[in-house]
Amino acid sequence: MTAAVPRIGVVTFPGSLDDRDALRAVATMGGEPVSLWHAEHDLHGVDAVVLPGGFSYGDYLRAGAIAARAPLLDQVAAFAAVGGSVLGICNGFQILCEAGLLPGALIRNRSLRFICRIVTLRVETAQTAVTRGLTPGETLQMPMKHGEGQWVATPEQLADVEEDGLVVFRYSSGEGIVDDVHNPNGATNNIAGVRNAVGNVVGLMPHPEHAVDPDVGPTGGQALFASLLEAALEGSPA
Amino acid sequence: MTTFTFEVVVTLKPGLSDPAGKAVGSSLSALGWTNVTNAKVGKHIVLDVEAADEGAARAQVDDMATRLLSNPVIEDFRIVEVAAT
Repeated sequence: MTAAVPRIGVVTFPGSLDDRDALRAVATMGGEPVSLWHAEHDLHGVDAVVLPGGFSYGDYLRAGAIAARAPLLDQVAAFAAVGGSVLGICNGFQILCEAGLLPGALIRNRSLRFICRIVTLRVETAQTAVTRGLTPGETLQMPMKHGEGQWVATPEQLADVEEDGLVVFRYSSGEGIVDDVHNPNGATNNIAGVRNAVGNVVGLMPHPEHAVDPDVGPTGGQALFASLLEAALEGSPA
Repeated sequence: MTTFTFEVVVTLKPGLSDPAGKAVGSSLSALGWTNVTNAKVGKHIVLDVEAADEGAARAQVDDMATRLLSNPVIEDFRIVEVAAT
């Protein structure tokens, strides 16, 4: 008997850029990649969903705003509501926030500049579909590349996010020190990624799908995809 | 049916960092307008809406502004002008 292979759907919107790398990362880590199209009403029975990076619908109005109202997002929300694992990367994170599936919002980087470089993230919780194989305090390296990645929230949301342990990743030094020097975009409390209350929906600005192949850079994304594949097989979050 | 024209202005909530406004402000200073102490950048959206009366149209625009045109986490909006044609 062969081991079960989880089917991971990657949604392509008009303007998605990183869908191919996300599909490739799924395959590299041993999953079966499944392409999904934003205008469909069908998740094709996938075991987990990835919303990739890019500039969906040209990021008109606000980054992720139009994509968050795309037909397939109703299915993604329903899938998440019954515990299905959903990972939003960069524009995918912006979409999940715009759709109300994750707290907060992403605004223009503090520097006003588009920033493209390798960053270090400190893992804050293992209680999610993408960090279940990690230990809080661990650090990971992967690229970031965005112009609108400064995570902000209302004071009430921020209090809930911090008190309920919904922060998944913070920008940090290689030693895990979280301070303003290691905050690339001005994100509130260095927050690079958050989860929902259950932990099955996670979004982050940096790009784990670009960090699975040792030939092209750091491999901090491997553990996230490995966790997602595990969570997908179980069909329930961590 | 009448066509009502609405202008919706969307602004970042006070207290939130507005890097675009800051860039505009410092550029104005560089051009010599050093008395500009604050600049904010928002969005201006014009909608033509067909409806039976202004009240019905305004209620719809209010809903549109809440659900799509603005993000309540970071933005406020106001409907600034209405014209009927």
